[in-house]
Amino acid sequence: MRSEEHTLVEEELISKKDEPVNKSAEITNTPESITAEEHLIAEKPRCLDEDYEMVYHKPKTMVDVSMHYCPGCAHSLLHKLIMEAVDELGIQDKTIGVAPVGCAVFAYDYMNIDMTEAAHGRASATATGIKRLLPDSYVFTYQGDGDLAAIGIAETIHTINRGENIAIFFMNNAVYGMTSGQMAPTSLIGMKTTTSPYGRDVHEYGEPIKVSELISHLPGSFYVTRQAVNSATAVRKAKKAIMNAFKYQKLNKGTCFVEIIGNCPSNWKMTPLEASKFIDSEMIKVFPLGDIKLPKGEDLKLLEEVK
Amino acid sequence: MKGNEAMAEAAIQAGCDAYFGYPITPQSEVLEYLAKEMPKHGRVVLQAESEVASINMIYGAAGAGFRTMTSSSSPGISLMQEGISYIAGAELPCLIANVNRAGPGLGTIQPGQGDYFQATKGGGHGDYRLIVLAPSSVQEMADFVFLGFDLADKYRNPVMILSDGAIGQMMEKVTFGKFKPKKVDKPWATVGKPETRERNFITSLHIKSEDMEKHVEHIYRKYDEVKKNEVRYEEILTDDAEYLLAAYGLSARICHKAVNMLREKGIKAGLIRPITLFPFPEERINQLADKMKIILTVEMNTGQMVEDVRLSVNGKVPVHFFGRFGGMIPDPDEIVNKLENLINKNHAL
Repeated sequence: MRSEEHTLVEEELISKKDEPVNKSAEITNTPESITAEEHLIAEKPRCLDEDYEMVYHKPKTMVDVSMHYCPGCAHSLLHKLIMEAVDELGIQDKTIGVAPVGCAVFAYDYMNIDMTEAAHGRASATATGIKRLLPDSYVFTYQGDGDLAAIGIAETIHTINRGENIAIFFMNNAVYGMTSGQMAPTSLIGMKTTTSPYGRDVHEYGEPIKVSELISHLPGSFYVTRQAVNSATAVRKAKKAIMNAFKYQKLNKGTCFVEIIGNCPSNWKMTPLEASKFIDSEMIKVFPLGDIKLPKGEDLKLLEEVK
Repeated sequence: MKGNEAMAEAAIQAGCDAYFGYPITPQSEVLEYLAKEMPKHGRVVLQAESEVASINMIYGAAGAGFRTMTSSSSPGISLMQEGISYIAGAELPCLIANVNRAGPGLGTIQPGQGDYFQATKGGGHGDYRLIVLAPSSVQEMADFVFLGFDLADKYRNPVMILSDGAIGQMMEKVTFGKFKPKKVDKPWATVGKPETRERNFITSLHIKSEDMEKHVEHIYRKYDEVKKNEVRYEEILTDDAEYLLAAYGLSARICHKAVNMLREKGIKAGLIRPITLFPFPEERINQLADKMKIILTVEMNTGQMVEDVRLSVNGKVPVHFFGRFGGMIPDPDEIVNKLENLINKNHAL
């Protein structure tokens, strides 16, 4: 959404520049047709390249289109962080992504890299097929909790147990987002969803599954971390974890697993701000943030090489 | 060589880059043979955690532009159907071998032909077809691997070799060297996007109905080409035949024997053996029906291909069925008796 708005604003500015009329006069003449926001922009001096230094822009690994994600959704941020990492590491031509079934099913519409859209839960098997044939490439899967922790848990465990040299980015927002908010294996106890209208009952469905802890016990996992993207600090940490997950692939030491506790305001029936707060107040009680498995001993020396 | 081993050796010789599989009787020899031989050629072989995983590994590797193959037997092929549907939807080439055992359910490990419908009518969800090759000898188990890979690449569609437990396990002489592996350019493959081209993506998803309809139309136009160019069958003594047997795979071998026995009795019998089950030799069967009095379809199931034979014949002559199933193999005598009974009944009318 944001990019589209910017484009519109730019067009507006350009057209205004070309018009010979006095700007302030124009504004006073047609107050009804100009929104408050446009008014503000029109008042400001035009941002010229020579006057300002560009300090932030979309990575070239992102396709410049508006996204289908809801306001306040964590997916768009995670997409951007992953693509920033690919851009900064200069590995666009060696990176192949595997999209899941779920909200991120259209990830290939936004990520400007070669991608495969896998069947529900099978992304890590599909990624295995790619990585085994292209061992020098960077391969990642992008999966949600329903995809990875329910229907695809077998593929997840076996892929990591084989120590496939791929990165798995696991968006855990505790619901099935795409199918509009059903209970996921990671839904919190008492959490109301469309299929647990009275709240998730521990006697019926057990505790939420903690995938990162589970797979950290497998020798094939090399780096396991759980992050969030609900604050600027969290985003920076998540970015670092994603960068690590790509860098470590070079070592061929096993699977890098980055879990992201994601906001899902639409299905949590919250405002984006409430959803961000919910992560801090409730989600991280069950899914504490931080590194779960870090390279040790000899592997630490190897890490120096990829830095 | 065993049929399964011949298929595995052919895969290596046909330039198969990767094999992903899961053990199941009666086809485990394919995985065993390749687990031993593929590493010697620097190729990829991997025993997956399930058939569900192996077909999705195929999906990934085929999407990256490699020659890939998997094999299984009936229950395992059922597990693969979702993945096969995705592969057909995303138009990826790959080779899938089904060493058919008898079912339903866990069934038995003995040979069967009960997967004809599954193989030829799609098998998984949605509108698609596989190109289906039915070998009736160990030599064909090998030859059809070369043919299968080439057809898969040519049409960007999964190809199935539909065999059975008897052909997979039987030992016969095989010669190699007749075919050479063909390499095909795959500019659509996901190998990493250079700056010089747009990104490639492999998907079967077309969320807008208008787009999806166009996509399925495109796939079906491709099948029209397949039907035009790739129909294969074998005929035995059909020139002067009055009675036609129709059978594929192992059943066809048994029918061949039955035709010889019938000829010895002075009954002018012939055999048509569809080699491609999709595309089905419907035109040829329709032509042959013009000069036949009776057609008898013989299968190791309760009657599946007979429906396609009837559609091909389109009511010109009666099409009868004889089947053994549950892992039982028809005896040539039974087929001779069945046809003689039908002839006698015909005369009585």
